[in-house]
Amino acid sequence: MPNKIRKLPDSGDVQVPIGPQHPSLKEPESFLLTLRGEKITAASVRLGYNHRGIEKACEERTYIQDLYLIERVCGICSHAHLTCFVQAVEEIAAIEVPKRAQYIRVVVGELERIHSHLLWLGVAGHEIGFDTLLMYSWRDREIVMDILADLAGNRVHYGVTTYGGVKRDITPEQIKDVLKAVDTLEERTKYYIELAKNEETIIKRLSGVGMLKHDDALRLGAVGPTARAGGVDRDTRRDDPYAAYPEMKFKVVIDDHADVYGRTLVRMGELMEAYSIIRQALTNMPEGVFRVRAPRRIPAGEATGRYEAPRGEDVHYVKSNGSDKPERVKIRAPTLANIQAVTHMLEDRYLADMPIVVAAIDPCFSCTDRLIGIKDLRTDKKQTLDWDNLRLSGIKWYQKRGVDFSRLNEKLKRSFK
Amino acid sequence: MDILQQLFNIFIFPGLLFLFVFALAAEFIDRRLYARFQNRMGPPWFQPLADFIKLLAKEDIIPQEADVATFKLMPVLALTATVTSFFYIPLWNEQALFSFNGDIIVVLYLLTIPTLTYFLGGWYSRSVYSMIGAVRSLTQLFAYEVPLFMSILASALLAGTWSLSGMAVFYNDHPWYWLFNLIGFATALVALLGKLEKVPFDIPEAETEIVAGSFTEYSGRMLALFRLSINVEMVVGASLLAAVFLPFSLDGNLVLGFAIYLFKVISIVAFIALARSIFARLRLDQMINLCWRFFAPIGFLQVLINLAIKGFFLK
Repeated sequence: MPNKIRKLPDSGDVQVPIGPQHPSLKEPESFLLTLRGEKITAASVRLGYNHRGIEKACEERTYIQDLYLIERVCGICSHAHLTCFVQAVEEIAAIEVPKRAQYIRVVVGELERIHSHLLWLGVAGHEIGFDTLLMYSWRDREIVMDILADLAGNRVHYGVTTYGGVKRDITPEQIKDVLKAVDTLEERTKYYIELAKNEETIIKRLSGVGMLKHDDALRLGAVGPTARAGGVDRDTRRDDPYAAYPEMKFKVVIDDHADVYGRTLVRMGELMEAYSIIRQALTNMPEGVFRVRAPRRIPAGEATGRYEAPRGEDVHYVKSNGSDKPERVKIRAPTLANIQAVTHMLEDRYLADMPIVVAAIDPCFSCTDRLIGIKDLRTDKKQTLDWDNLRLSGIKWYQKRGVDFSRLNEKLKRSFK
Repeated sequence: MDILQQLFNIFIFPGLLFLFVFALAAEFIDRRLYARFQNRMGPPWFQPLADFIKLLAKEDIIPQEADVATFKLMPVLALTATVTSFFYIPLWNEQALFSFNGDIIVVLYLLTIPTLTYFLGGWYSRSVYSMIGAVRSLTQLFAYEVPLFMSILASALLAGTWSLSGMAVFYNDHPWYWLFNLIGFATALVALLGKLEKVPFDIPEAETEIVAGSFTEYSGRMLALFRLSINVEMVVGASLLAAVFLPFSLDGNLVLGFAIYLFKVISIVAFIALARSIFARLRLDQMINLCWRFFAPIGFLQVLINLAIKGFFLK
């Protein structure tokens, strides 16, 4: 019974569950807050409601199939995950990616960053009860979504990157359209920066909330805008350049507020940088082929791909054994790095700050969730659940309630064999 | 004949039926304007009525641990209190439906009851979100009630009467005196936002924190009554502010007076929609700070100003 009142013995504290189902969460995840009045005295995070077993699934499919699977790790930074994975595979296979493809990857990557940050701005507005900001920024986000649909054929899963380049070229007309859209978006972003700097209630709700200072950010391993708002000067695009980033001029936006307000300013600053990067990439786009042939079987080896996703650094590890299927794929999504900091940021804050603090790391729980471990509290024995046991426990659960699936199970088992 | 007249007044016009229609219309205006401010289309005119009918048809679910009697009684009590207070407010003429010396206190008291019902209904739902929402409504009550009372009573002080109808007579005799109360009007508008639990003071029902606050466990007919009582409270609150702070065109032509009354109330509803769309929700501590440090002294200032005016000019 999740929303029953749980009073802790020996104190007036009350435990409040936020999630797995809660209006402030876009995906199921569980936060358990201990409250004294309105103040949070303790917070715990529990992951694991969204585990999809993508890493394992990747190992059982060919590299070509993995292209589509990896893209679906995340519904927002799909290009980031795909490009990160492809970069690792290209490194193992020593594929030289043409210049034009590199530029197109950068353009789509930055458009994705714009779409992600505008989405975040809206979500942040909603979490602090400022729905007008949500409506405005999501309206403007449609511009970039339309552009992405025009470039890639899809609004969310663009499928632009492939081994050895990109799947589609950019035409001169599309370049013109993108540049026009970027001008409009820049105008709108300037308005949002103005708004964030002047609107009293926004400043009141965001500043001083969810403090994560420079040293704490390093200690807890925060990445992306969450870390950069604390003055951590890190950006994979500059520190370990990939694609066409070595040829782009941009500055890494950092801030010293160290709170949610700082994270807002960092994201708005990154939007402005993204517009400039897109303009540079489109005007200097080299001519030539946009794809080279990649082998179906990747030679044995291992590599790590790094990519600065909108939420922070994304890391993919790929190990190949010379076949057409990877032997091991490991994904470290940026949210996994940032979620550790959430309990620290919630300390001594108010209940009202909880939604915005969680939203401020721009969480993407389905990218993060990895494994379910089950621990028996009486025997303290840890166990993992395999498919057969999971099915058995499901059958038992329904048997108790008068529904018997055991015969159906036998039938299914026989038909699979 | 007299009884028939009174029954007509209570149940049809300007009583229950008129109030019901006006409350739904006010909700429509609020939602439509809110949507237009946010660059959306907004709902069609019959949406509030459709919502109300839909809720009436839904199943009533009462939590197992809730106190059933209190849980069921609270929505009815909220609606009754707001509707009753409406009868004491002069709307488009100097004379309210009922009045006596001291009715201003009764109206303010009756308008406090809905908040108490939110508290009790939420508290006896026995859900953790309702409980927090309930405590928040009560905490918020102590913050906005003082500025509201100060500014309304300051206006009554100037008129020298404790009856709303008496105030209407006074301000009609002294046509431009309502201009003295502008500071109090601003304070009362802000306090009204707190009373109606609208952004930036919608802390007790902050969706992203505590789901729907006190109303989390309510469904079906009882939720419909609660929602209706909130809408009625919006109209009654706006009418009260219009009667106290905008007391002009109360005599003479009934049709013109009625039109002007509608205009006043709709303007206040439009202000609420505007405030809803341009502010973020404050935190409870910030809200209490704002009310006690800023609006309570301003309300007190209005009292002092009116005392001074009364002492120097009206003698």
